[in-house]
Amino acid sequence: MTRLLVLIMGALATVMFALIVLVIMPRTMLADIKAPEQLKPLSALEARGRQIYISNGCIYCHTQQVRDSNFTADVSKGLGNRPSVPADYVNDAPHLLGTMRTGPDLFNVGSRLPDQNWQLVHLYQPRALVPWSIMPAFPFLFEHKAKAGPNEKTLNLPPAYAPREGVVVVSKDAEAIVAYLLSLKHAYPAPGNDLTKEIAND
Amino acid sequence: MSSPLPSATNKQGQSETQQASTLHHSEVRIRPEEVRAYDDSSRKPVLLAFFLALVWLLVGTVLGDLSSFKFDRPDLLTEQAYLTFGRLRPAHLNVMVYGWASTAMFAVSLWLMPRLCRTTLRWQFAAVSGILVWTLGLGIGLVLLLAGVSDGLEWLELDRYWADPLLVLGASLVGASIWKTLGARQVQHLYVSVWYIAASYPWFAIIFIAGNLPIFKGVESAAVNWFYAHNALGLWLTTVNLGLIYYLLPKIIGRPIYSYWLSLVGFWGLALFYALNGMHHLIGGPLPSWMIATSITASIMMIIPVVAVGINQHMTVVGRFGAMRYSPALTLAVIAAMSYTAVSLQGILTALASVNRITHFTHWTIAHSHLGLYMFVTLSLFGGMYYILPRVLGREWPSPRLIRAHILLAGGGMVLYVLALGIGGVLQGLSLMNPGEAFEISVAQTKPWLLLRSVSAVIISAGHLIFVYHCWRLAYSSRQGHAQHPPFFELKPVLVKKGSAS
Ligand code: HEC
Ligand code: HEM
Ligand code: HEM
Repeated sequence: MTRLLVLIMGALATVMFALIVLVIMPRTMLADIKAPEQLKPLSALEARGRQIYISNGCIYCHTQQVRDSNFTADVSKGLGNRPSVPADYVNDAPHLLGTMRTGPDLFNVGSRLPDQNWQLVHLYQPRALVPWSIMPAFPFLFEHKAKAGPNEKTLNLPPAYAPREGVVVVSKDAEAIVAYLLSLKHAYPAPGNDLTKEIAND
Repeated sequence: MSSPLPSATNKQGQSETQQASTLHHSEVRIRPEEVRAYDDSSRKPVLLAFFLALVWLLVGTVLGDLSSFKFDRPDLLTEQAYLTFGRLRPAHLNVMVYGWASTAMFAVSLWLMPRLCRTTLRWQFAAVSGILVWTLGLGIGLVLLLAGVSDGLEWLELDRYWADPLLVLGASLVGASIWKTLGARQVQHLYVSVWYIAASYPWFAIIFIAGNLPIFKGVESAAVNWFYAHNALGLWLTTVNLGLIYYLLPKIIGRPIYSYWLSLVGFWGLALFYALNGMHHLIGGPLPSWMIATSITASIMMIIPVVAVGINQHMTVVGRFGAMRYSPALTLAVIAAMSYTAVSLQGILTALASVNRITHFTHWTIAHSHLGLYMFVTLSLFGGMYYILPRVLGREWPSPRLIRAHILLAGGGMVLYVLALGIGGVLQGLSLMNPGEAFEISVAQTKPWLLLRSVSAVIISAGHLIFVYHCWRLAYSSRQGHAQHPPFFELKPVLVKKGSAS
């Protein structure tokens, strides 16, 4: 090659082509998808919990997607009663699909593990409930105090993991993230305007 | 035909010698003073960028080690939020990709451009400021990330309002200096390294801006996320390093690139197909299936540029592998070139739905990441530093022993890393697929392999410390012995112990 113009125009053309095919075109197509009726927008507390999920990097070990049941075992492993579809995610910004299953998928964790106390203790110290767990403990989401104040919720920990003195108080952050986890339920049937199916059946 | 060094023909085609651009490289005579002038013109930004890259390499190593140890000891350092795994791990990625690799790539590009264009570096000040602005942006982004401020997208965690604009500005300033130099070139023919390096800068700016626009939600946000992340690999990290390898191999061995046509196929094939690969990170996921199918197809098509580059580089070196004993830069460039082929073939395999259903969410992907970003990208950059630093500083590496130790520890350690996680990842994936097995089994099966990875992490880190120490000695060694010979002039093998080579 001897011409800079060929180089720069060629380089721009290839990347713009990909941008149109994979970003701009889908954007117009996906714009019509509506939230299913049963998918509730997050409450303020749950939205705060989602932010804590992001800032503490739960995404690097947990996915939030049930893959296509034609070629994966996600549904038969009980991660959900159906694969997840674009409509399940219309309220998500940013998406939290994830790429690692060092820990289990959380797309339906609210239905699978609905006990708030279990979730709080698990967050404080996963090994208190699941001895083989390699999930990090998140003690910094809680407060250590000599005595709980009025209206403060304390954790009921097994003796091996309880602090020697004082109590562990549930902070607003811990409450929020557990509220978010419990909101993760997608048991409703896949909505009709499901683009994945439409195109697959064409 | 391409020649490893551009011919002496100037832009107007009126050079004194009137050599054709098909000139065989051994016939090109460039006066050493002329090359010296090119190297001097880029000296400041090159040294600055290599220095900053080494600092980031050490920071990233500590972050990677801690992330690794936390798998074995989940209760290690859990009291402070900024030390939690979910913050250290993205910090590791961002420091290694934008701090170590990208900054070292600035140095490599700025050093290669004047040589390949046969002119001095233009807008040197823009290059220096670009590197500093970029570093500032990354520094701000890193502090925010550790404090819990993250955009939440993998590879795009750095804050989109405080950090990312600085990164765009920094890369654009460096890119401006590169393109200005290219515009002032004294050669007609553009050598293949120039294509790769010059194209990488506009590519990076476009994808990085697109990836950071705050207008996407739902699965679109995922599509843009992986459009960016994949192209950051393919149209930035890969391309600049292929450019470097295309320079080092023929230059050190002393014969031209095997085939100009294969170079062309490799470059345009990569530009066309790689850019469409992004959705293979979401196979089986909730995206319209045509998008994923497009990316799987493009991934398979990648076989064309990958094989073209592989054959081209192999045939350039074939028969001269023995020269590796004399040049650590050549050794590392050859290993990096082979790793590029290997990681790409592994990637194509991984993009097939039948394989991806097993390996998708497992440590197999981490093995692939490090095969690519370490055995290819990082080793190629180490090779570049072994070649470039003595030429910029005008003195030879002080110790062949330290070179051997570095290559052995870093390379050997990473082979162990990739094998351990490759095996662990497949076991994990098979367990996750088996409806009869509890999740616990997938964790239990990976634990020993994660421990082995931590062992390799210690080995690799030792290699990094040795390398940084050696660079420090090179930079501050007394000027004694300076410039008696050109670098690597002595015909003593560097990479075998005394006596064992005859
Ligand atoms: C280093 C990886 C890692 C990180 C980071 C991580 N987890 Fe986990 N998580 C695991 C593992 C492994 C398990 C399975 C063992 C267990 O239940 O503790 C798990 C289990 C869970 C479970 C129970 C799921 C089930 O179906 O049994 C929940 C809920 C959970 N994690 C939430 C979180 C949240 C919230 C965060 C972020 C604050 C987080 N995890 C961060 C690895 C991780
Ligand atoms: C000392 C050497 C290194 C060690 C010990 C190390 C360790 C790690 C660890 C533990 C992870 C997290 C894996 C997980 O989440 O399961 C990781 C991820 C990653 N590292 Fe490294 N790393 C090293 C060097 C590098 C280098 C030099 C680069 C780049 C130039 C790099 C790029 C990455 C990337 C991109 C990821 C994310 C991978 C993915 O999401 O698939 N690493 N590394
Ligand atoms: C033809 C070439 C390639 C193909 C087809 C390919 C394919 C893939 C696929 C399918 C994945 C997703 C794995 C999963 O999540 O299941 C992946 C991830 C990855 N690849 Fe490649 N790959 C190729 C070349 C490379 C090269 C050259 C590099 C390094 C420079 C690289 C670095 C990575 C990294 C870092 C990831 C992890 C991304 C993340 O999850 O954070 N790949 N690749």
